Amino acid sequence: MSVVPLIRAVEEAHLRTDVPEIASGDTVRVHVKVVEGTRERIQVFEGIVIRHHGEGLNRKFTVRRIAHSVGVERSFLMNSPRIDKIEVVRHAIVRRKNLYYMRGLRGKAARLKERRV
Amino acid sequence: MLSGMLGRKVGMTQIFGENGAVIPVTIIEAGPCTVTQVKTDANDGYEAVQLGFDPIKLKHTTRPMLGHLGHDLKPTERQRREQQKASAKARQVARQKKATEAEADQAEAGASTTTAPATKGGSKRRGGARKELGPFAVLREVRVVGEIPAVGDTVSVDMFAVGEEVDIIGTSKGKGFGGVMKRHGFHGGQRTHGQSDRARAPGSIGPGTTPGRVYKGTRMAGRMGGDRVTVKALRVVQADSERNLLVVYGSVPGANGGLLMIRKSAVQMAVAARQRG
Repeated sequence: MSVVPLIRAVEEAHLRTDVPEIASGDTVRVHVKVVEGTRERIQVFEGIVIRHHGEGLNRKFTVRRIAHSVGVERSFLMNSPRIDKIEVVRHAIVRRKNLYYMRGLRGKAARLKERRV
Repeated sequence: MLSGMLGRKVGMTQIFGENGAVIPVTIIEAGPCTVTQVKTDANDGYEAVQLGFDPIKLKHTTRPMLGHLGHDLKPTERQRREQQKASAKARQVARQKKATEAEADQAEAGASTTTAPATKGGSKRRGGARKELGPFAVLREVRVVGEIPAVGDTVSVDMFAVGEEVDIIGTSKGKGFGGVMKRHGFHGGQRTHGQSDRARAPGSIGPGTTPGRVYKGTRMAGRMGGDRVTVKALRVVQADSERNLLVVYGSVPGANGGLLMIRKSAVQMAVAARQRG
């Protein structure tokens, strides 16, 4: 048997169907499950998607936000059960996939033009 | 019960475990294997079972293999010719016998009744008692623990339970001619302080006049990889007998598509044996 379908067969059980399509430049709210001691709560991380790659079970994306005037980037696995949900707040017009140039920009310069859909 | 079975490495991926932790896993297409021969203490001096794995087309196999697997073989060209010769000779003998008998009959009229000459078929080698198995691309032996299976029995991944530990044997990827740093983990030489061409050199390979030779087994550069490698105690994450898939934690030796022997963990077997007493 061909090899790829066998890997897919194993991965299928772990794939999530409830995650939205995400593109670079999107502003997203990622609801992450955080364990504090014994109890679990949800933490929201909101920012711009500056990178996404991988396919199948291995899809990843990185969200950048400015927290207390410090740039913070956090990477997530799209199919991780640690993610409660992902909300897409707005789309933006971007001309490349990896928005690394955002790292050098702040304030007004770090704005992206909205893409209405 | 068997101690192991055969499989092929499909590839690696990652899945999510408890609490969403990412687990690196290797997917193995394991079995189904067929028991092709049972080796006994009395006959072979040790107890084992030969397993056939990976069915192949009839045309891709050899006659000795088919004979071993209990197939009825068509006679070879040479056997056929010899058979023809033998039967021709038999016919001739019969004719002569008939002629002499006729003479004898004429001599003493109707005194004896003749029986037809017994023709011996040369091609029937086996009575068809054995089942035709395979043919298989691979035959390998595994040890038996406890109950001995019969020839023709199949083995599937059912023999492994989730959470159990297995040892996996494979052939590592060939690395070509490797230097001592890659092959034996030497540190190489200094890269600074006026050194040249010493960064990956092995250094001294032994003393001087005494003993005046290099000790055997001194680690040097050479062919690397392509060795039989055993990885012990890999945890079974998933065993899917429907698709013949075995998913184990971590990596296994060799390239994708490589042949693997999956055995019950030697440690676990030893523990189980001790518990049995």
